[in-house]
Amino acid sequence: MVTTSEIQVESDFEELSEKRTWYDIAGNLIRKQPLGAAGGAIVLVMIFMAIFADYLTVYSAVDNNLEFMLVPPDDKFLLGTDQFGRDLLTRIIYGARTALFVGFAAALIGSVAGLVLGVASAYFGGTFDLIFQRIMDVVMAFPLIILALAVVSTLGTGTINVIIAITIPFIARCARVVRSNALAIREIPYVDAARAMGFSDSRIILRHMVPNVMAPFLIMLTAFLGQAILLEASLSYLGMGVQEPTPAWGLMLQGGAEEFAESAPWVAIWPGVAISLAVFGFNLFGDSVRDTLDPKLRTR
Amino acid sequence: MYKYIIKRTLLVIPTLIGAAILVFFLLRLIPGDVCELRLAGTGLYADPAEILLCQQNLGLDKPLFVQFLDFLWGYVVFDLGDSMWTGFPVTHEIGLRFQLSLQVALMATFVATAIAIPLGIISAVRQNTWIDYVVRGFSIAGIAMPSFWLGILIILGLLISTQAFLGEPWMPPIEYVSPWEDLGGNLAQLIWPAIATGYRYSAVATRMMRSALLEVLREDYVRTARAKGLVEKVIINRHALKNALLPVVTVIAIEFAFLMGGLVVTEQVFNLNGLGKLFVESVQNQDFNMTQQLVMLVVLIFVITNFAVDLFYAWLDPRIRYG
Amino acid sequence: MRSNYAKLAIAAAVGAGLAISAGTAEAAKQGGMLNFVVGSKIPSYDGHKESTFGMIHPIRPFYSILLRINPSNPSSTTDFVCDVCDGKVPAPTNGGKTYTFKIRSDIKFHDGTPLTSADVKATYDKIVFPPEGIPSSRKAFFRMVDSITTPDATTVVFNLKFPSGAFIPAAAMPFNFIYSKKDLDTHGYTWHAKNINGTGAFKFVQHQKGAFVEGERYADFHHKGMPYLDGFKAISAPKLAVRVQAIRGDRASIEFRGFPPKHRDDLVKALGDKITVQESDWNCVLLATHNQKRKPFDDPRVRQALTLGIDRWGGSKYLSRIAIVKTVGGVVFPNHPLAANESELVKLNGYGKDMEANRAKAKKLLADAGKAGMTFELNNRGVDQPYKVVGTWLIDQWKKIGLNVKQRVQPSPPFYATLRKKKDFDVSVDFNCQAIINPIVDITKFLGSAGNNYGSYEDAALEAIYAKIERAGTEAEQRSLIREYETRALSDQAHIAVTLWWYKINPHRSYVKGWKIAPSHYLNQSLENIWLDQ
Repeated sequence: MVTTSEIQVESDFEELSEKRTWYDIAGNLIRKQPLGAAGGAIVLVMIFMAIFADYLTVYSAVDNNLEFMLVPPDDKFLLGTDQFGRDLLTRIIYGARTALFVGFAAALIGSVAGLVLGVASAYFGGTFDLIFQRIMDVVMAFPLIILALAVVSTLGTGTINVIIAITIPFIARCARVVRSNALAIREIPYVDAARAMGFSDSRIILRHMVPNVMAPFLIMLTAFLGQAILLEASLSYLGMGVQEPTPAWGLMLQGGAEEFAESAPWVAIWPGVAISLAVFGFNLFGDSVRDTLDPKLRTR
Repeated sequence: MYKYIIKRTLLVIPTLIGAAILVFFLLRLIPGDVCELRLAGTGLYADPAEILLCQQNLGLDKPLFVQFLDFLWGYVVFDLGDSMWTGFPVTHEIGLRFQLSLQVALMATFVATAIAIPLGIISAVRQNTWIDYVVRGFSIAGIAMPSFWLGILIILGLLISTQAFLGEPWMPPIEYVSPWEDLGGNLAQLIWPAIATGYRYSAVATRMMRSALLEVLREDYVRTARAKGLVEKVIINRHALKNALLPVVTVIAIEFAFLMGGLVVTEQVFNLNGLGKLFVESVQNQDFNMTQQLVMLVVLIFVITNFAVDLFYAWLDPRIRYG
Repeated sequence: MRSNYAKLAIAAAVGAGLAISAGTAEAAKQGGMLNFVVGSKIPSYDGHKESTFGMIHPIRPFYSILLRINPSNPSSTTDFVCDVCDGKVPAPTNGGKTYTFKIRSDIKFHDGTPLTSADVKATYDKIVFPPEGIPSSRKAFFRMVDSITTPDATTVVFNLKFPSGAFIPAAAMPFNFIYSKKDLDTHGYTWHAKNINGTGAFKFVQHQKGAFVEGERYADFHHKGMPYLDGFKAISAPKLAVRVQAIRGDRASIEFRGFPPKHRDDLVKALGDKITVQESDWNCVLLATHNQKRKPFDDPRVRQALTLGIDRWGGSKYLSRIAIVKTVGGVVFPNHPLAANESELVKLNGYGKDMEANRAKAKKLLADAGKAGMTFELNNRGVDQPYKVVGTWLIDQWKKIGLNVKQRVQPSPPFYATLRKKKDFDVSVDFNCQAIINPIVDITKFLGSAGNNYGSYEDAALEAIYAKIERAGTEAEQRSLIREYETRALSDQAHIAVTLWWYKINPHRSYVKGWKIAPSHYLNQSLENIWLDQ
């Protein structure tokens, strides 16, 4: 039994590492998953913006320039300036850094912690599972705003604390889904066999259960990416997100959207477009991942 | 089955207790209280003795443990206490807003269903065509937009377009009238948030509709029906749809539970006097008692919905009961 | 583009002035409902206990007060007139220690009970000498009151312990609702938190919690011929955007607190002469308080450097386009006779017009203190207008003198906990905001001993100057002492940096007539003189 699964894993691996040129892969992807490819492209652009922000911009993202406050888009400021005279394009490009940092950090930590906890809960079962599931119930049902407020009030505002606030519910949701998938695998005889052969718990979990819950794990991970960016924007709207003068899309929208939606619409529109596009890209990508990995999975 | 129900019911209790502990202590972890905010938060001169008096009157000077027991005891004697901000009973304050939140949740669910089911079907039937891509793009765009941004754009759009076409700017009413009193006024206010949230919440249901239908369409009995030469439309209507709808219904049910307490941001944008707005205000005011009871209500709705969905699945699929 | 908006706004403001002066000549029309939006919430109906405009705006119209700022001249800081008292506001006798008020005999509470001097006494007894356990937020303002007596049904006498010019402004505070003695006797001292029975221009109809308060015309109101309105509805709308949209979409006609300048421009641009704008200096000021318990803010050089780094004149020019702040001023409300004029201001550290010189001096002071290029945290309140806008601006100002400032923004309750209890901040945005303009009381904010001073410092010299101000016999003497006080508090010691004073902008539907802007959002809210030109 054990060997079968290893061979399977290896053969999967071979298929992946089969020698194909990158444009073959890309071409194939575009044909099979045009939406996912479009999403992936948006994400790549974002990553590019985040990495090369220093080279892509000429203005400072934080310095006020009050003589140029609320300048409409022109050839000097392509997307216009905000209420402090800061170039919007510059702030949006730098904002990609914040967004990606929040998105990836929250999604990765949330889903990996969820994976570990979910698998452990399924594997050990019994009282541990029972108690752990109740805790997850509480966390999932609990309003994010209180969690966020408690985190922000005790640890202070700032990017890291926003990530903490967002990650907590992610852990619970991922753990729940991973556990239910892991439970199904636990019943499969090869896990029993591995146990009978005296393999350690950690070996069984890592070598046998984890690979088998990779599909739901990846689906949750990609879904979280977009959600984290949106949650950060919502927390900013409620005044508990990233703080000035850090360039962050949610924050730009919070300060600008309400007040300048009409007289200086560019201040309200562009950060909103940036958020929507980024989340749209991540979601398209995530949707395709879901479709490819398992169209039947009922994960939320 | 009964054993399963009892077991499942018992599991609800620790969740509720856990939520009670969490909300109680998290709220107290946040520095500051309702009295300081009320008396010092306006910038007017605040008398420290008055702040202390206010704290004593609200019982905020008691030891935490005693306050917590008071909170739990309230459930034993069915007295949820008074709002620390207005002094009116919590049940009275919640009752006032419940109708509005329920109505918006129902309307949004209706909008979500009306969008999700037809789009999901079209998307599945025309799988991997440009129609499928457009539908999926449309539904994913719904969850990609920050809800407050969408709300602001809707209201501004209404103001600008009505002024351009009718001469006078029009916006939805900002105060609630019950549908029994004035149905027109009621809908004029609530239809916009219902559309905005319904559209957002349709995305998950659309995807579920699509994948469930695709799954069913691959089943043997559908193939048999096709082999019998039945028209595609009949197959979908009579055979596939019925079976594919079940998971969609459960997804919508769970979303409904979220909507009941989760419209925090949307209610702010549209100035709806619902549970979400009350919640934000209570949190902002450090109205511990009100916040606690609202959180418990939201958790309860969530737990009950999940419970119902679990029961529903158990009833459908006996294997789960032994899982 | 932008200058056009500004022109529009100015045109509208000028128009407003004209409309009002014409308005007094115009005959007021009877009838109509006034809808207005309120951005804050009602904690309880008890004015003696609460301090928020969220209660004043919807509840004040149901009550009368003993005396008030003249509703036809609310921009004056000294024009007090009688409300339930009769005739002129009395001058003190007995060497300034006795105030004798005649009470009108034609006033009835909404439940039909006639108002007598006993009701006034019962009310002020509740405010000044509350029984134990009964809250009274402004008790401390009446420290000078020794006793209140009623020789007859139409006379109330306030006996003071010592003469005090602060008594009349304190008595005129809009929170001092006159309650009926009968209610206090039969229902107790907490009844008014949840029930309303006043003598105001409007009778309470209903309060849908969280949504609106409705009032209807009180036909037996003692100011004859008023109120003009049939009723009013105070609609709760916590989001600023909603309040602005409500006026634009005519769901509400006016908001009494104040809008940022951009929203004024939007409304004027969209609605033209259907919008009237009234503007005024605002008796609120945004401050930066240094925590002197923390190093290096115990060093006056560092504090002076921080205040020198703030470009107030430039900020006034630019920030007044995006925030509700505008006027450069010292410790006293600008335009008040006791306030510093421009030539006095520019002598203070950080008020000089040569910003290059200020910044150079600031850098030198920092270098002397060994703190050039230091990093610190600015504690701020999680409210956009004007706190976060000014906070962001301050950070940039200090960056220009080489400082690296991070912002910690907190929701209001934790923000106050930080200021009042935890005191774990370096520098904090702070503010001072009072209802009645009363400089002698208002400037206590800068005393280290004041309850609302969060700087954790003791300055005996400053306290000594203040003691002299309190006892000063003439306004000229008071004025020169206040200059001394101001120089010490803001410039030499730089305990607190005054950034900018707020600026109140009230754009409203032009058919709303009779209401005049006051320098405080607490004042002139009895609504009796408002009428609708429709």
